[in-house]
Amino acid sequence: MIPNKAAITGVGMSTIGRNTGRPAMDHLAEAALQALACAGLSRDDIDGIATYPGKADNSPGMSPLGTGEVRNALGLKTRWHSAVPDGPAQMAPLMVAAMAVMTGQARHVLCFRALTESSSQSAGQRASIAGSGRARIGGWLSWLVPANAMSASNWAGWMAQRYFHEFGMTRDHLAMVATGQRRFALANPAAVTRKPLTTEDYLSARMISSPLGLFDCDIPIDGACAVIVSAPDAARDCARVPLSIAAMGSALRSPETWDQRADLTTMGAHDAGADLWARTDFRPHNVDVLALYDGFSIFVPFWLEALGFCGHGEAKDFIADGNIGPGGRYPVNTGGGQLSAGRLHGFGLLHEACLQLWGDGGERQVRDARTAVCGMGGGFIAGAMLLHRD
Amino acid sequence: MRPLPELTVENTAFWTGGARGALMICVCDDCRTAIHPPQILCPHCLSRNVAPKAMPGTGTVYSFTVNHQPWFPGMAVPFALAVVDVDGAPGVRVTAEVATDSPETVSIGQRMKVHFVQVEDVWLPRWVPMAQEKAQ
Repeated sequence: MIPNKAAITGVGMSTIGRNTGRPAMDHLAEAALQALACAGLSRDDIDGIATYPGKADNSPGMSPLGTGEVRNALGLKTRWHSAVPDGPAQMAPLMVAAMAVMTGQARHVLCFRALTESSSQSAGQRASIAGSGRARIGGWLSWLVPANAMSASNWAGWMAQRYFHEFGMTRDHLAMVATGQRRFALANPAAVTRKPLTTEDYLSARMISSPLGLFDCDIPIDGACAVIVSAPDAARDCARVPLSIAAMGSALRSPETWDQRADLTTMGAHDAGADLWARTDFRPHNVDVLALYDGFSIFVPFWLEALGFCGHGEAKDFIADGNIGPGGRYPVNTGGGQLSAGRLHGFGLLHEACLQLWGDGGERQVRDARTAVCGMGGGFIAGAMLLHRD
Repeated sequence: MRPLPELTVENTAFWTGGARGALMICVCDDCRTAIHPPQILCPHCLSRNVAPKAMPGTGTVYSFTVNHQPWFPGMAVPFALAVVDVDGAPGVRVTAEVATDSPETVSIGQRMKVHFVQVEDVWLPRWVPMAQEKAQ
């Protein structure tokens, strides 16, 4: 029986690199054509397009392409398009695409994310620094940046410090996240960093924003990722078994700031995660593969708790027990994650989860993987998605 | 260099209170909810009867980080950034630039007092550890 759910039918990823010097569109075209081939679709089958956040120049290389440029470049004729800067984090375009295909706005939506942060950084522009180069700043950033808190590593550092304080987590636990994901990356030819990482390497690396050090931060790259979301009937015609979007969660129950959430040992993920399970009969124990946003290593334990894989404050033991690394019962970020494979803003994590569900995980394949959960976002925004191969 | 905040109807009291040495936090006159970032209506009872009030200017460190990475050329590091629970405004925290020569001594639970530094038309809060303040 074909479930009446939107489905992921194809994925593609460009050759990720550091300082590639390649135009963003070069990466995007590579990823998009790969996704089409994966799904067994032609360019003319694509009638919808969606991205996050849309073309944005507020942070160098963060989002060089909008839907218009991609429609132009690929010669797409669409019935529906959307760029979502203000949605459930990087998950937003996938969620609106799922809604678009379920309401008949489109049959096959090309969702994409492109970044050239590595090249931008090499050109002397610091990537991911909020308000960089501006004289005045508004919105939620205006409560952070004027106090010199201009990097997300600072904001995540507060969360980690408070969590350490309340629950006794240490950098040794975060080392297990970073080194475990690196071991996955060693088995992923597409990962940008494939050099072994030891606990000693991790602990001796320079501090960025305490308690977060160099290997707690993801790696800015140049690259693009494309994911095709299809209507249930249209998905049947594709080359692969459709990956049904079994549930999505995007609840937010806290103000849109990084410092006002009542409990900074939780984040938006906790609201979205609870909402996800309220919309499905699947439960965490049904999950085979996890794709959890790891812009910073500390987000992984937060997401584990947010999605109910362990209780609040229990993630350090859950990690120390070997659950999330290679060979663990709940493998997290099996392609190496953003910490080792590069920052594709959640799309890379989802790409890997899809490969796993199709059995294309190569040396790092999780046996009989049929159900994956993906959580994107850190801080006050989050989106969660459950995928299932029927 | 770091950008300054855009001044708005809602936030001007906060960013200029330092001219009188006052930490101004928005409070609802009807239900007493302290509101931050400041808004023109109370998110708790939806009253528009809200106004900035001067707080004692002290607070307690809820969390902190010591930033070691220079994010732009010439940025002086390391420095401490705290999240401070504001005395007199239950539930309100502020992101606090900590003015101290020993950022590594900042800790959760530490008491802080606000000072202000004027830059153009904005008075930026700087938080000083209270033991250190007494010594000065």
